[in-house]
Amino acid sequence: MQHTSTQDTLVGLFVAAGIAGLFFLSLQVSNLSSFYDKETYTITAHFENSGGLKVKSPVSAAGVKIGQVSAINFDPKTYQSVVTMKIEADYNTLPDDTTASIFTAGLLGEQYVNLEPGGSETFLQDNSTLDITQSAIILEKAIGQFLFKAAEEKK
Amino acid sequence: MIEFLQTLGKSTRTSFTKLGRATYFLLQTLSGLFSVLPRPRLLLNQLYFVGVLSFLIITISGLFVGMVLGLQGYYILSDFGAEETLGLMVAASLVRELGPVVSALLFAGRAGSALTAEIGLMKATEQLSGIEMMAVDPIKRIISPRFLAGLLSMPLLAALFSAVGIIGGQLVGSGLLGVDEGAYWSQMQAKMDFQDDIVNGIIKSIVFGFVTTWIALFEGYDAIPTSEGVSRATTRTVVNSAFSILGLDFILTALMFGDD
Repeated sequence: MQHTSTQDTLVGLFVAAGIAGLFFLSLQVSNLSSFYDKETYTITAHFENSGGLKVKSPVSAAGVKIGQVSAINFDPKTYQSVVTMKIEADYNTLPDDTTASIFTAGLLGEQYVNLEPGGSETFLQDNSTLDITQSAIILEKAIGQFLFKAAEEKK
Repeated sequence: MIEFLQTLGKSTRTSFTKLGRATYFLLQTLSGLFSVLPRPRLLLNQLYFVGVLSFLIITISGLFVGMVLGLQGYYILSDFGAEETLGLMVAASLVRELGPVVSALLFAGRAGSALTAEIGLMKATEQLSGIEMMAVDPIKRIISPRFLAGLLSMPLLAALFSAVGIIGGQLVGSGLLGVDEGAYWSQMQAKMDFQDDIVNGIIKSIVFGFVTTWIALFEGYDAIPTSEGVSRATTRTVVNSAFSILGLDFILTALMFGDD
């Protein structure tokens, strides 16, 4: 097998194309470019019930995604769900009486945390806790209550 | 009855002996990798032979697989009014499963069989013994560069397969069927994770490259040095590679995407 410079060029092109494919996958296909390099600060909120919220679910304010859920834990003392969120450092002017609610995108869509800013003059700091929260609406529960009520009325 | 047990025992023993030889062969190949590094020419030659020549079949297959996914996905998703998630469906199925698996199967058919036939013929025409007579270790000179080339090519080929497939899906989805192009990409970017999806897909393809090249080289090296033996070894390479790829894929998927 003799070595030719054409062969070297083709190998070079092949490796370059492969690496370009890897770059394409990481930058264009996955969310690598959108979140990892941004600075964030952490806030927590206690919910009665966090429903189907998952780690990495979006956190949005006024419909714009400003962060994501980084951890969901159960508090064994208060029996509440402790949701830890990472908010982009650019959005550091949220008032400390911001309301956190868990909403569903569409009827059967995924759940996300919605932040409704209050009127306070002081802003949320790193590691601060949101006091006013509204739990997820559990569809099964709502349907159950509705059916129960309908049955009561018939009597 | 006794005869049956005897043949059963014999075949079991032969297959274990073969596995043992294959493992020994792998260890020799791995230790031979260090002597490849001072001779990049050998590696470059094999990268051409294994990687560049597989480039065309991989990209064309990737394009068509992506286009078929786009078409089929659109028909099913449009029933639920969820055509926008087409991008996510195409990307997830390509990056997680089809990219690594189909490109590895094609790689086994295209490059693996060629490697087995080449090395089997080298053995049949006593070139390997000839090299050994010149005090050159055939493992270091012949096998290790090919192994490294296969190991390096596979993840690149799988990434190309997925990338071209996603573009193919986009061509069909938003070009022919009218899915919004922005939604195609944004749905994909919102749900595909770098760590969980892309990196795991690459790990899969590295594992498949390792196993396929190992099987191809070992079958060639272990072939009975006749034309019939080489042809049988080539068949075994393709069959065993396919089994290992699909079996390992199940195990890897269970390990990687278990809790989500």
